[in-house]
Amino acid sequence: MAYHSRMTDSLSDMIACPKCDALHRVPLLDKGAEAKCVRCGTVLMAPRDGAMTRIVMLSLTALILMIAAVFFPFLKLSVQGLGRESSVFDAILSFSDGLMLPLSFAVAALIVVLPMMRFIALIYVFAPMALGWAPARHAKAVYKLAETVRPWAMAEIFIIGVAVALVKVAGLAQVTLGPAFWAFVGLVIVTVLKDNFMCRVTVWQTLNTRSPS
Amino acid sequence: MANAEHAQPVLTARAAGLVGCGECGHVYPMGTEACSVCGTELISRDMASLQRVWAWLFAGLVVYVPANVYPMLRTTTLGRTKESTIVGGVFDLIHHGSIGVALIVFVASVVIPVSKFIAIAYLAMRVHKRKPGTSSHFHLYEFVEFIGRWSMIDVFVVAILSALVQLNFVATINPGIAAVSFALSVAFTMISANSFDPKLIWDAPEGKPV
Repeated sequence: MAYHSRMTDSLSDMIACPKCDALHRVPLLDKGAEAKCVRCGTVLMAPRDGAMTRIVMLSLTALILMIAAVFFPFLKLSVQGLGRESSVFDAILSFSDGLMLPLSFAVAALIVVLPMMRFIALIYVFAPMALGWAPARHAKAVYKLAETVRPWAMAEIFIIGVAVALVKVAGLAQVTLGPAFWAFVGLVIVTVLKDNFMCRVTVWQTLNTRSPS
Repeated sequence: MANAEHAQPVLTARAAGLVGCGECGHVYPMGTEACSVCGTELISRDMASLQRVWAWLFAGLVVYVPANVYPMLRTTTLGRTKESTIVGGVFDLIHHGSIGVALIVFVASVVIPVSKFIAIAYLAMRVHKRKPGTSSHFHLYEFVEFIGRWSMIDVFVVAILSALVQLNFVATINPGIAAVSFALSVAFTMISANSFDPKLIWDAPEGKPV
């Protein structure tokens, strides 16, 4: 699959691996097949049946779960008759005094704002295309933003953090999991599923061919 | 994978006189300024990225020091206040018998950050010395980029504990100042890893500084 000899092909028939610059001829792939870079193994193309519809559906699900996760009680702690319920919102506000305030904003951004922004951006980009329409205005810029935000959306890391925190307080008090906890777990599973359907190069190609130029 | 280093020579876009987009992979004649598909600026090898890598890495290293020296958590039980650092928290967990969780916290807040500093510095040094990399160097880079964000666990643990354990006299947990510097350290090293142009790992020797 590597591009070796002739230089006569037009540039649009070629693709350079974004990670290692190896040049490839664009292969014709069946739905469900995958093309990987010969040198570094990065997935270059992975067209899938109905991928766009699935991404939109999963993003929408994630968005609804996120709203539930933020406002329903997340964990309940009780010790010697004293009880305290806290939501994700409380976890965000826990750094809210003085010097810690910026950290409060950062935590809010990492576990709620950025993941939500990503879901909304993906719905905006893919919903019109899933319906067979031309991409929405500024769809390319919005998709680029969603990709930039990706490493900073840390909902799944937050869940592991919750697990560690539970072990830490287990000796101290009794902890009950609230509905928001399960909403958040669902959210993480949906996010991982959704990211598996997305292949960056394939998305760019689709965006490009469907955009009115 | 053992023979990956002796794999067939690969023609790169640069060797073919072309420039590939680092975002979407489309190729253009060398000298084209921006990708017409996604609008990204086209740079064949971003040598200037190394400066950003070093700057953010150094910033991350600087704030990692107070993150370990100052307390991460202030626990008040029955009027007595106890402060614990990152490593102190790990020892507390071992003391409670939660070896597994202690291991998670230790790996996330000590092993990953420290090995990340070393790995990024090592990869950047190789590029400076213009040594060609192999796929194992590239996989090291991918691993660093993937694992870095997981260090944030400890900051989230502190946030959850502080929100949850507010039982007036019986028990109160408050965040310490180390939480801020640790969060900054993780963020800075993430930016450092993200700034690295992975194409430099493969073929630095041919490259002329831009």
